[in-house]
Amino acid sequence: MDITVQDRIRQEITGTPVVLFMKGTPVFPQCGFSAAVVQILSHMGVKFKGIDVLSDPSVRQGVKEFSNWPTVPQLYVKGEFVGGCDIIREMFETGELKQLLEEKGVSVRA
Amino acid sequence: MAMEPAEIVRLIKDGLPGAEVRIEDLRGDGDHYAAHVVSGAFRGKSRVQQHQMVYQALRGRMGNELHALALQTSVPDD
Repeated sequence: MDITVQDRIRQEITGTPVVLFMKGTPVFPQCGFSAAVVQILSHMGVKFKGIDVLSDPSVRQGVKEFSNWPTVPQLYVKGEFVGGCDIIREMFETGELKQLLEEKGVSVRA
Repeated sequence: MAMEPAEIVRLIKDGLPGAEVRIEDLRGDGDHYAAHVVSGAFRGKSRVQQHQMVYQALRGRMGNELHALALQTSVPDD
């Protein structure tokens, strides 16, 4: 495993409260699953940093190894892996996502 | 690059013995599936851990041959 890529990912997820590894950018998502998570976060008024894995193959592979998760998107809150598209969607619907973000001190639109 | 639903079920059941697996071909194209997996092995695990267990059972196919598998996991009712 490439130590520098792993270190870079760790820096990203600890340096910003909410980080989404995704295909494309928040403005131009390149995949429906990434777009769905962007839409949920935007709807909730959550500020996040999108990291486009398509622009960096080493991050695309590295983040899968980092989280032991085979697909993108991947959402991190305060350095902790929360889930991919299915989990985020489920947590949004049950209200757990809002609860988790608030517990972690991330501001969410009421 | 597609996978047969029966193959997905077989892999999940091999990895999680006794699991109940329901597969739906979302678009009829053999490439976009939804799976609902019910297993006692999920008890006490977080959602992330439960999904990781299913991905483990699929042995690297998820994200490769298997492009889209919407996953839902739960513990059986006693």
